[in-house]
Amino acid sequence: MSRAVEESNRRMLRARDAMDRDYAKPLDIPTLARIAYVSDAHFIRVFRATFGETPHRYLQRRRVERAMFLLRETDRSVTEICFDVGFSSLGTFSRTFTEIVGEPPTTYRWRAADLRAVPACFAKAWTRPS
Amino acid sequence: MPNRITHTQVYVLDQDEALDFYVGKLGFELNTDADLGFMRWLTVNFPGQPDVQLLLERPGPPAHDDATAEQIRELVTKGALGMAGIIAVDDVHKTYEELRTKGVEFTEEPTERFYGTDCGLRDPFGNPLRIGTPKEGPVEVPDAAELGAENWS
Repeated sequence: MSRAVEESNRRMLRARDAMDRDYAKPLDIPTLARIAYVSDAHFIRVFRATFGETPHRYLQRRRVERAMFLLRETDRSVTEICFDVGFSSLGTFSRTFTEIVGEPPTTYRWRAADLRAVPACFAKAWTRPS
Repeated sequence: MPNRITHTQVYVLDQDEALDFYVGKLGFELNTDADLGFMRWLTVNFPGQPDVQLLLERPGPPAHDDATAEQIRELVTKGALGMAGIIAVDDVHKTYEELRTKGVEFTEEPTERFYGTDCGLRDPFGNPLRIGTPKEGPVEVPDAAELGAENWS
């Protein structure tokens, strides 16, 4: 491996850090590709080769993870949370959330609230994936 | 009986560049810079704490064959290897601003947590570090449900 690969990794990592940090902002591929100093198409291809998933998917997972946290820990509405974590359409948010988590945001919130009301040992047993 | 840590280690891609960062920016001081023939033994410590040294190690022979060293360098630059350190400061907000003006790359701004307030950064090679002001007194760790998976790396 050459230094070029290391420099490429480092730049991809910088773009990934930007997603972790600025997920609530309207990050798009051109913005991220600029952070990584590469063209848009090159960025998507190299990011995937480096981290095993597309930048789009990584950002979706980051946003959904933040949404799960807000659904559990706050009383903000699903619509508010959708925009809080950087989605610009409620439809896209619901569809993406359901696809990644396995249930819609509202259902997830109910279930999380139920779980908080029971002792942790039961919650652990119930939420263990089968 | 083993009872204290004297050295910890972080892989760096270039030892001079590592000194620029760890000494020039983070405020470590040089402890030992010795040419052992087979390796350059390079350690730094915080002023007043010479008994806790951070070894800035370059992967390579004789410890690693070339292919292994390349794998290590690849993992470092992906941010996938270890934590160079968790560093305490009196005022994390002040340190954050100072380091930002020095061009240090932050991954997270100072955030309040159950154990204190801390922020995330990377060294020039990709190694993560954290700098924070720990909460005084005993810290009670919330259980996983309470914590709500607030921290996501």
